Amino acid sequence: MTNRFGFWLFVSALVMLPVRCLAVGLVSVDDVPGDDGTALRVSWTGQLALADTLRIWRATYPDTAWQEVATVDPRQGGYTDTGLSIGSRYFYKVTSASGLSAVSDPVQPRASILNRARINQLIILAVFVAFVLVYIRLAASGRKFFVRRIAGLSAIEEAIGRATEMGKPILYVPGIDDMDNIQTIASMVILKDVARLAGTYETPIIVPVCRPFVVPVAEEAVKQGFLHAGRPEFYNPNNIRYLSDEQFAFTAGISGIMMREGTAANLYMGSFFAESLILAETGFSTGAIQVAGTANVHQLPFFVAACDYTLIGEELYAASAYLSKEAKLLGTLKASDLAKLVILVLLVAGFITETAGFTAFAEWFTPR
Amino acid sequence: MRTEVPVAIAFIAGMLMIVSLFVPHPVISEPASVVRGWAIIITGFAYVLGVANIARISLGVLRKRGKDWEYKFVLLAALAVMIVLGIGLGIRSGSAFDWAYQNLYVPMQSTMFSLLAFFIASAAYRAFRARSVEATLLLVTAAIVMLGRVPISEHIWGRFPDFTEWIMEVPNMAAKRGIMIGAALGGISTGLKMVLGLERSYLGGG
Repeated sequence: MTNRFGFWLFVSALVMLPVRCLAVGLVSVDDVPGDDGTALRVSWTGQLALADTLRIWRATYPDTAWQEVATVDPRQGGYTDTGLSIGSRYFYKVTSASGLSAVSDPVQPRASILNRARINQLIILAVFVAFVLVYIRLAASGRKFFVRRIAGLSAIEEAIGRATEMGKPILYVPGIDDMDNIQTIASMVILKDVARLAGTYETPIIVPVCRPFVVPVAEEAVKQGFLHAGRPEFYNPNNIRYLSDEQFAFTAGISGIMMREGTAANLYMGSFFAESLILAETGFSTGAIQVAGTANVHQLPFFVAACDYTLIGEELYAASAYLSKEAKLLGTLKASDLAKLVILVLLVAGFITETAGFTAFAEWFTPR
Repeated sequence: MRTEVPVAIAFIAGMLMIVSLFVPHPVISEPASVVRGWAIIITGFAYVLGVANIARISLGVLRKRGKDWEYKFVLLAALAVMIVLGIGLGIRSGSAFDWAYQNLYVPMQSTMFSLLAFFIASAAYRAFRARSVEATLLLVTAAIVMLGRVPISEHIWGRFPDFTEWIMEVPNMAAKRGIMIGAALGGISTGLKMVLGLERSYLGGG
């Protein structure tokens, strides 16, 4: 393979010699750093940069058919050719409408072991993971952690108690996103604790679901919650209801459940979008006590306006530790607090360094 | 085994996804891509579970002539008609399925969405009542922002729109970013708890 490539390199050098002598610009091809070895960056200089448009051609051998890969504006300064094969060598030719042309040397794309552009993220993640592990270890060694009272989470028990007094069911909506959303996962964790409380009070809980994948997880969470409460016989699989994947069909379905079944406590925990206010206002009109929690910043004002209590952002994720009181989970909360303190210090440091004209500090944290 | 195997699968899949974010080499990126493909396939199969769930619950109510059985009948009939139209006649533009979707579902969806305007008005009326210092601050700020977003504000004060923009871009943005940073840390923390097997509620047994 190497000998064959050397032969073609020699031939290409002979073929391209006159072209290079007449070159109206240089074409250089470089490996794209930090990728999986399937991209090359083609750039040009000289008169080529002054052309109206440039056509970029690619070939694996200079005498084989050239394949046009793109037509670009030369002012872009370069073009990234993707979808290449690892281990293959590529020649590039750039032509313009006025006949300008230049051919590159052969280049082979290489796969990177580490995406250097993400080193800052890797270090920050490693530091945070270290915080989490240290606090988990401290928790395991018996250290007690103080966690402030979260009104919204304390209100869940109050809401369930009220539903029990009224003899009406609880409605738990786990958002409209699928299980690949971390908010939905957090919501399922809360659901189990809510189901445990509901089981303790022997109050039915209705869980309308927007994504079919969430159905078995919600069924399992509710079943386990009732089991932990010692009331497995109260678990009703017909109360875990898949309604629709469509946002407003789902919203209409829940509104119907609220109006027809007269739920006394509505809990909205997870990822919500435009349906948040429709749900919360419909629930308000039925007189239900409502607790919401989401990390979707744009929906928080709607929940704050229409619900009795709202878990804001991180409080949604803190719920499992708060409700279970498990030491290791509480340790992760303390790790998040420490991380926030570090971020606060870094923000102040960034403010000072930027004001002083030293930009490298803030740039290091900029996503690349 | 019932717990250990799923925790091990979650750990391997979770670590693979985290590592693939930083290691672009095919040794990592290709298995990560395969796992992502599996997730899509499994999600596709989950729709069978969804339809089974709807059918089981609705048929149960229909059989017993339970409360609101008429709605269940409409639901099942609509489901059956759309399945027959979609599978039998295709879902291309202009097909019967497409006609039903565009002329039945889309108007109903728009109707639901349009209700939002009225709900915003009723929620704003309650939220903006000046019962406390915070609520008064909210009322004043909201009034300024709403006024600053309409053309008449420029006639009241030339820099009104700029002031509105400043409220949105500086104090409002600062609060939003604070919430977002907290939520991001909470999200990472929850993810780590899953990957490390500390949080096992999703398995049912934990």
